[in-house]
Amino acid sequence: MHRRLASGILTGAAVFAAAALATAPVGGQSRPREAREVRKTWTLPRTPDGHPDLQGFWTNATFTPLERPNGITREFYSPEEAADIQRREAARLGQQADAPSTAGQWLANGPGAAPKPGTEADVHYDFSQFGLDRSQSPIARTLRTSLIVDPPDGRIPPLSAGGRQRAAARAEARKELGGRWDSAQSNELDDRCIIMGAGPPLMPQGYNSNYQIVQGRDHVMVLAEMLHDARVIPLDGRPQVSKNIRQWMGSSRGRWEGDTLVVETTNFNGKVGYRGSGENLRVIERFTRIADDTLVYRFTLDDPTTWTRPWTAEIAMAKTIGPLFEFACHEGNYGLLNTLRGARAEDKKRADEGAGRETK
Amino acid sequence: MTRGRTVAQVFRASARVAATTVLGLLLAAAPTAGQAPTYKAPRTGDGKPNLNGVWQALNEANWNVEGHSAAPGPLVALGALGAVPPGLGVVEGGQIPYQPWAVAKRLENFAERMTADPEVKCYLPGVPRANYMGHPFQIIQSQKHVMMLYQYAGAVRTVYMDDHKEAPADSWMGWSNGRWEGETLVVETAGFNGQTWFDRSGNFHSESLQVVERYTASSPFHLTYEVTLTDPKVFTRPWTMSMPLYRRMDRQAQILEFRCVEFVEELLYGHLRKPPSR
Repeated sequence: MHRRLASGILTGAAVFAAAALATAPVGGQSRPREAREVRKTWTLPRTPDGHPDLQGFWTNATFTPLERPNGITREFYSPEEAADIQRREAARLGQQADAPSTAGQWLANGPGAAPKPGTEADVHYDFSQFGLDRSQSPIARTLRTSLIVDPPDGRIPPLSAGGRQRAAARAEARKELGGRWDSAQSNELDDRCIIMGAGPPLMPQGYNSNYQIVQGRDHVMVLAEMLHDARVIPLDGRPQVSKNIRQWMGSSRGRWEGDTLVVETTNFNGKVGYRGSGENLRVIERFTRIADDTLVYRFTLDDPTTWTRPWTAEIAMAKTIGPLFEFACHEGNYGLLNTLRGARAEDKKRADEGAGRETK
Repeated sequence: MTRGRTVAQVFRASARVAATTVLGLLLAAAPTAGQAPTYKAPRTGDGKPNLNGVWQALNEANWNVEGHSAAPGPLVALGALGAVPPGLGVVEGGQIPYQPWAVAKRLENFAERMTADPEVKCYLPGVPRANYMGHPFQIIQSQKHVMMLYQYAGAVRTVYMDDHKEAPADSWMGWSNGRWEGETLVVETAGFNGQTWFDRSGNFHSESLQVVERYTASSPFHLTYEVTLTDPKVFTRPWTMSMPLYRRMDRQAQILEFRCVEFVEELLYGHLRKPPSR
């Protein structure tokens, strides 16, 4: 089980640096020698209650896209190919002109999805800044060509009839909301500081893609730094809450299966709509610590009212340095306030000019 | 037989001696000064008092931490729903010891509370207010961290049980360092940004606030919570609040989501909505 989970994951990952890749092992090995050695000498630590100890600060920052890029059919890169891709990406991210506007774009389209220089997307973030430079973070390197491991083609399955219907209804509703700057509500959930990728599933964020796991005897807490979203997972076998209760992060129930924490989450309110999903989404997550600095995070998304079949992805989380910082997103949301103000000022200016009056 | 005293006087004198002796015996038997003989909570796997659970205050401190009578609410349309319930108060000594300038500031806060109270805007509540809002919170305890997770606005406090540091930056919920003193969890919090209030009535502090909390299990069902506030910019001396925190005994008690950002968007941004075109 661990062998299968670990295949392609390079453990013993330290702070990623482009220079270090120059010394990556060459030749036909499927796993680097140091990874096998680390696994042999490492024992899974246990909490005082005897459970596997998954605690600490983790990051799921990765260079691997969710879906397999066009033109790639194999499941794994060779270590040299992976090293080359990551080196090129690190260099590309370091150049402001080529920086992707959001990690989402990058993750969706894989390496090479650069926005047009001089556009709003282009100047959004300077990814050469230390805090945003992915090459400066710990990353659990993987040889996978996509985070999706099932279906075997590494792609999200097609939408079911229900999924297509809802996608159309959502597009209509979007139109009703108007342009992005027409109101607070016509913005994305992250711009509104409502929720930012805490899922579940825990998908990598553009920056501060960090998590803290704390375990009590009967509960596990997973805290996502973005945006201080703590998920409490009871382990005591209690039933799920009433189906009338619908939450942004759903409601989770956990259990141990051997050394793996298995978490099932239902009762979503459907408003996040991750990849088109709705209220009926069921997420099954599996957390397995395979090394001191590596936590394998595998999740399955199951929603027959959205996709024709469930799909599964695997991200290796790397140990990172704490602490998590408070992200008081809403309290400091001048971005939303001022862009709306600016948009209304521009509207007024246009209206005044149109009416042939001088503006002040 | 004593001369010059009545029987009653002698009796009272003997009673005083006896009472003093009994008191002396009690004091000798009692644990450290200031603590009555205590309940001992069951232990966690690492031998510490187990404070895990879902807790909630059952008082009116979030309306006003000082004793207060009932009062009409500021929004007529809410009628009795929005009215202020009376509260016995949780401030030891009754009054917060404000400096003279701060008394005036507090009155100003009260007058502007419908716009100035951070709770109206779904802002993070700070400490100790988070502990006595009308929402439960959950404690999850590990060796290195005690997490306090609040239903209101999903506020989070990480209490660092070792590797104590100073706050690396200011924040709404402060930076908390914790330790055990016998049965009591002592938490020291500082590094506030000065933007939170103590309640809905405008009781306030500055960014220099330092908070020391003591959480002690007094029975299987409640904690005794004492919190001392020190802020030389605002108060004339440190002062203390205390209250029970009750364990939520509902079957399968859990905190739910109170993500209020969505609920306040009209309030905060409604005036910036683009008018519909004619």
